Amino acid sequence: MPGPILVFVEARDAKVKKPSLEAVSEARRLANTLSVPVVAALFGAGVKPSAAALAHYGADRICVADSPTLALYSTDGYARLLADLVKQLEPQAVLLSASAMGKDLAGYLAGHLETSVAADCIGLAVVDGKLQARRPVYAGKAVVTCSFGRLPALVTLRPNVFPAQAPDPARSAPIEEVAVPFGLADLKSVVKEIAGAAGKKIELTEANIIVSAGRGIRGPENFNIIEELAASLGAAVGTSRAVVDAGWRPHEDQVGQTGKTVSPTLYFAIGISGAIQHLAGMSSSKFIVAINKDPDAPIFKIADYGIVGDLFEVVPALTKEFKAYFGR
Amino acid sequence: MKIVVCVKRVPDTTTQVKVGPDGTSLDAAGVTFANNPYDEYAVEEALKIKEKTGPGEVIVISVGPAEAAQILRNFLAMGADRAILLKETAPGRDNFGVASALAGEIKGLAPDIVLCGKQAVDDDGAQVGAIVARLLGMPVVNTVTKIELAAGKAVAHREIEGGHEVVEVSLPAAFTAQKGLNEPRFPSLKGIMAAKKKPFEEKPAPAAEPRLTVIKMEPPAKRPAGRILGKGVEAIPALVKALHDEAKVI
Ligand SMILES: Cc1cc2nc3c(=O)[nH]c(=O)nc-3n(C[C@H](O)[C@H](O)[C@H](O)COP(=O)(O)OP(=O)(O)OC[C@H]3O[C@@H](n4cnc5c(N)ncnc54)[C@H](O)[C@@H]3O)c2cc1C
Ligand SMILES: Nc1ncnc2c1ncn2[C@@H]1O[C@H](COP(=O)(O)O)[C@@H](O)[C@H]1O
Repeated sequence: MPGPILVFVEARDAKVKKPSLEAVSEARRLANTLSVPVVAALFGAGVKPSAAALAHYGADRICVADSPTLALYSTDGYARLLADLVKQLEPQAVLLSASAMGKDLAGYLAGHLETSVAADCIGLAVVDGKLQARRPVYAGKAVVTCSFGRLPALVTLRPNVFPAQAPDPARSAPIEEVAVPFGLADLKSVVKEIAGAAGKKIELTEANIIVSAGRGIRGPENFNIIEELAASLGAAVGTSRAVVDAGWRPHEDQVGQTGKTVSPTLYFAIGISGAIQHLAGMSSSKFIVAINKDPDAPIFKIADYGIVGDLFEVVPALTKEFKAYFGR
Repeated sequence: MKIVVCVKRVPDTTTQVKVGPDGTSLDAAGVTFANNPYDEYAVEEALKIKEKTGPGEVIVISVGPAEAAQILRNFLAMGADRAILLKETAPGRDNFGVASALAGEIKGLAPDIVLCGKQAVDDDGAQVGAIVARLLGMPVVNTVTKIELAAGKAVAHREIEGGHEVVEVSLPAAFTAQKGLNEPRFPSLKGIMAAKKKPFEEKPAPAAEPRLTVIKMEPPAKRPAGRILGKGVEAIPALVKALHDEAKVI
């Protein structure tokens, strides 16, 4: 009897993250092919009310560990719980999203299970009854297909790549409570606090639209025109390494090989030349718009739509146009 | 403090990737190899900790081909005290295979701290540090931008979506370095000379049963050729129309 597909569902502030709904949806598609059930694992404090909705995306069974001990993520604590579930359920695959939490947890879980992780996957398929994973390597300059020599297959899924299915409110699934057999004092790693703007701004890796500006913006004081364009579209703001190195924006905003890998539906590259290391982080965007005063800038080679011009003229006019378009 | 730093030899980030004749790996012809950029932050942090906490040792270790000796020398020149190369004869070791070889060697060294880069920029796994840590029974804090040590403990800042977590762990512990942790120093001429005399150990990496096998490597899907819509503000209506009619994103 082949095992189920186990999906780790990430919650922050007791709210389920969108990439996890994508993971549950993908698990459902695979499970249909393999004729096995989907089990969702949801950990946190006060997360139980969010459990039932996971069935709408395809979970057949939902295991919930709801405890104040789990209010903040702990690599050690969450990995112990997930490893116990793996032992109990003997899944053939464990899916997590390739978020900060998912990547962290997958690695530590792999240590527990003495196996490897197929990280940041962009495609999963069942071939001759066996799972295969496709993942980018060399910053997206090549793609590999991997097979698994040992089960469960541990897989993290790149956010924004796998479609979340339309929720079916008629679907329901049993919810089981998982006991938490440890307290904070037993854990080897404890998160003391979450600092910074967590949750306040749109996260680059989760954004549907990203507006990025590079060195062409000339200085940090000019980023307001980029922020305004982003606001008119409900977009996140990104940047290039040249800008981060100049100290104009924080590193967390950097897109590229040594920054974040993003795959939004729409990416604006404004005053960005299109160096290979920048392309590495954004070339899997569905649509790319480039605005650059240099008609020979390499960014135009990969942009779907290009405007040759001075960003200080084009961007404000574009913001005005989008504001009118959306009535904002 | 005894600190072990895991370092990897990777293709330079400007490499144009070509698939090799076996169809499963990089064609290494003409490729320049370099230090994995994140490992430079890891080594710098180890050197800083040693400088701050007094007598100690920084050991750099790598699993790789004989040529990986060069990057170990680069790190010795930066200031690491000694190097260990676990030589492998065939490429394609998966992240558990690398981690188990590293952990096997590190166990005998009994370090207070293990440092890795957050990600190797060739296979982009971002997993080895955490696997090594778990195999050694240590806690791990991934993608750190700050580490503060105090009496058998460490508090580290770890980057997450839109902010950071402040994580407390007891030592021994492992950390993976994110950009922003520090500014790696350049090796001095004196450092380069001194590196030649530092202890350098080479031994075969133990065999590992593969968990993850690459069965195919291919170039990424080609993007359709783009279009220049026009010059300056006059091109804006064409862009809005294209985003609406073709891309259907607005
Ligand atoms: C190991 C390594 C890792 C790296 N990792 C990254 C990474 O993760 N991300 C990254 O982005 N880079 C990375 N880089 C750096 C990369 O090589 C480039 O240097 C960088 O991307 C350039 O940034 P830029 O396009 O903003 O600046 P530039 O290359 O200086 O380009 C500025 C562009 O703005 C245009 N411009 C100027 N004024 C105007 C105007 N008024 N209107 C319109 N256009 C204008 C110019 O024509 C030009 O094309 C890395 C490099 C190395 C060596
Ligand atoms: N072959 C290797 N030898 C030594 N350290 C490695 C090796 N592969 C990965 N690492 C370490 O693990 C980190 C993460 O690698 P990865 O999980 O492959 O992205 C790297 O930055 C290195 O510190």
